[in-house]
Amino acid sequence: MLRFIIRRLLVTIPTILVVITITWVLIKLAPGNFYSGEKRLPAAIEKNIREKYGLDKPWYQQYGRTMWNILRHGDFGTSLKYEGQSVNTIIARSLPVSASVGILAYILALIVGIIAGSIAALKQNSRWDYSSMALAMLGISVPNFVLGPILVLIFSLSLYWLPPSRWGGFPSRNLILPVLTLSAVYMAYIARLTRAGMLEVLRSDYIRTARSKGLSERDVVVRHALRGGLMPVISYTGPALAFLLTGTVVVERIFALPGLGNYFIQASLNRDEPLIIGIVAFIAITLLLMNLLVDIAYAFLDPRVRY
Amino acid sequence: MDEKPTRLPRELELAEKELTPHGESAQRLMTPDPDPIHVAPEMAIAEDVRAEDGGYVRGTSLWRDAWRRLLKNKLAVFGLIVVVLITVASVIGPALIKRLLGFTPDYIPTHDIRLVKSFPPFTGPEGNFSWLHPMGTDNAGRDQLARVLQGGQISLFVGVISTLVSLLIGVSYGAIAGYIGGRVDNLMMRLVDVLYSLPYIIVVIVLLSMFRSQTPRGQLTLLFIALGSVSWLTMARIVRGQVLSLKNQEFVLAARATGVSIPRIIFRHLVPNTLGPVIVYATLTIPQIMLTEAFLSFLGFGVQAPLASWGSLAADGIQNIAIYPWQLVFPGVTMALTLFSLNFLGDGLRDALDPQMRTV
Repeated sequence: MLRFIIRRLLVTIPTILVVITITWVLIKLAPGNFYSGEKRLPAAIEKNIREKYGLDKPWYQQYGRTMWNILRHGDFGTSLKYEGQSVNTIIARSLPVSASVGILAYILALIVGIIAGSIAALKQNSRWDYSSMALAMLGISVPNFVLGPILVLIFSLSLYWLPPSRWGGFPSRNLILPVLTLSAVYMAYIARLTRAGMLEVLRSDYIRTARSKGLSERDVVVRHALRGGLMPVISYTGPALAFLLTGTVVVERIFALPGLGNYFIQASLNRDEPLIIGIVAFIAITLLLMNLLVDIAYAFLDPRVRY
Repeated sequence: MDEKPTRLPRELELAEKELTPHGESAQRLMTPDPDPIHVAPEMAIAEDVRAEDGGYVRGTSLWRDAWRRLLKNKLAVFGLIVVVLITVASVIGPALIKRLLGFTPDYIPTHDIRLVKSFPPFTGPEGNFSWLHPMGTDNAGRDQLARVLQGGQISLFVGVISTLVSLLIGVSYGAIAGYIGGRVDNLMMRLVDVLYSLPYIIVVIVLLSMFRSQTPRGQLTLLFIALGSVSWLTMARIVRGQVLSLKNQEFVLAARATGVSIPRIIFRHLVPNTLGPVIVYATLTIPQIMLTEAFLSFLGFGVQAPLASWGSLAADGIQNIAIYPWQLVFPGVTMALTLFSLNFLGDGLRDALDPQMRTV
């Protein structure tokens, strides 16, 4: 197990370096510069800017310096657009926003999805089954940038129940709509995965054994079936996290939340090179570590998996 | 503990997951399949059906069989009909509107400044009922219906072409890895594993924002490359799995014995036999790519004016959601309906072709 973790970590580090390098190359290959706008800058000013940000050096020195600072000091530099703010501060400030929306959405999706999926599986072919699966299909098909505004239209602009946008601190009513919007798709996926997993498990021999030794239906479901039936859901956690990250980009834009995704879009539009690289690297690290955690969790839950 | 036992369960598990990207479907689990298909298409011809008089009639092919089963699935048929209707409407709609009503999707009624504003659905210039704009107009007085239909052209086009790109890359990659096997296979699939764990959409956003193209053709080409090149991974895994299970069968041995070259074996003998799962997965890839395209266009990185896709129309609509909700609702609902139908169609196809029976 330990060897597995170490080996995975050893693969993770080069992967992150590759991601950073790809991003860096893309930015450098693209025509133009962060300071190039409608008007051409006077040559002297342009020269000063290039000197200040080290753009006058050859590309390998620029690349080397960027990588060295990241690897040696964990320092992604200073934002070009938000002057005087280091990339690390911006990430530290915006992470809580994204994380609270993302984690709440994932928890909500897990709870609702597992319950709906289990009910659908236990009452297969009933009205419950059909309606929850139709809802799940709807959840998968409605894009979140359509769902979000429609929720705003209903709950904020017509009923005046909830604030339409803006960040209001961690536990606040502002979070309800973003979390609902973000979780809809995962709820749907998790419900479908749970249903499929449960249906397969419920037909297996050990469930028949559990039933025939006289366990109550609740014990059979909660203690035996769920454990096996939820394996697909757990292995979905990794991909879900990746999608969750992209989902937050949209949700933060719709609801004007100052999260990582919003900063990332702004940085891409502004060509804020250090900020882009910083956020991409941060997301890559989070994603890879999460995937590792999922694999470890898998090994603990499924005794057949041996690392 | 060594390499081999560590990878096997995870990979099997993944292979299973990929074949059911949306989880297991209802149909397959509800009724045990009366006539499972477990042979390569060209071998399935002799599946005899009993006629009323007790004799045997002509056998049915796998494809006719699948088609029959697809028609039994009401949701899939619904999906098929809606997809066909929306495709036809998108393709001929804008031209038809121009012929009948005389305006194009980007026509702004500049002759009368009172018309250059957003009208609600079925509303004429005086606030009266009118059939002229069934989906209303946008801020510049352009007809929403025509714009939604034209947006559909772009969205469907991007979805289909990018899927073809991903199909081309994924099928060749997977088939080559699966057929050659051994260390090459291991290396190629490790690369896929690594690519899987990348936050690709983030890299795509960087790519698209850095290489903003001004021409419509440039924007679309960039989108095809970006979307196609990130969505071939699952396809490669599916095809590899299929090829692995097929490559030791007699017909491959026969081909090899008669001196057929390796590329020819791969592309003439193996790839056609993986067609079932590939078609199913491709059908399910189209809505996903359309969703990603819409997501990118929504953020302003996809197609830009004067081109419009459902995503960019929705992005425009969200600006005015409080006053002109129909600007968001129509493109959004049309898109959701299309994705909904495509997903049902893909699920139905999976049930009909039942690739799971064919995996090893």
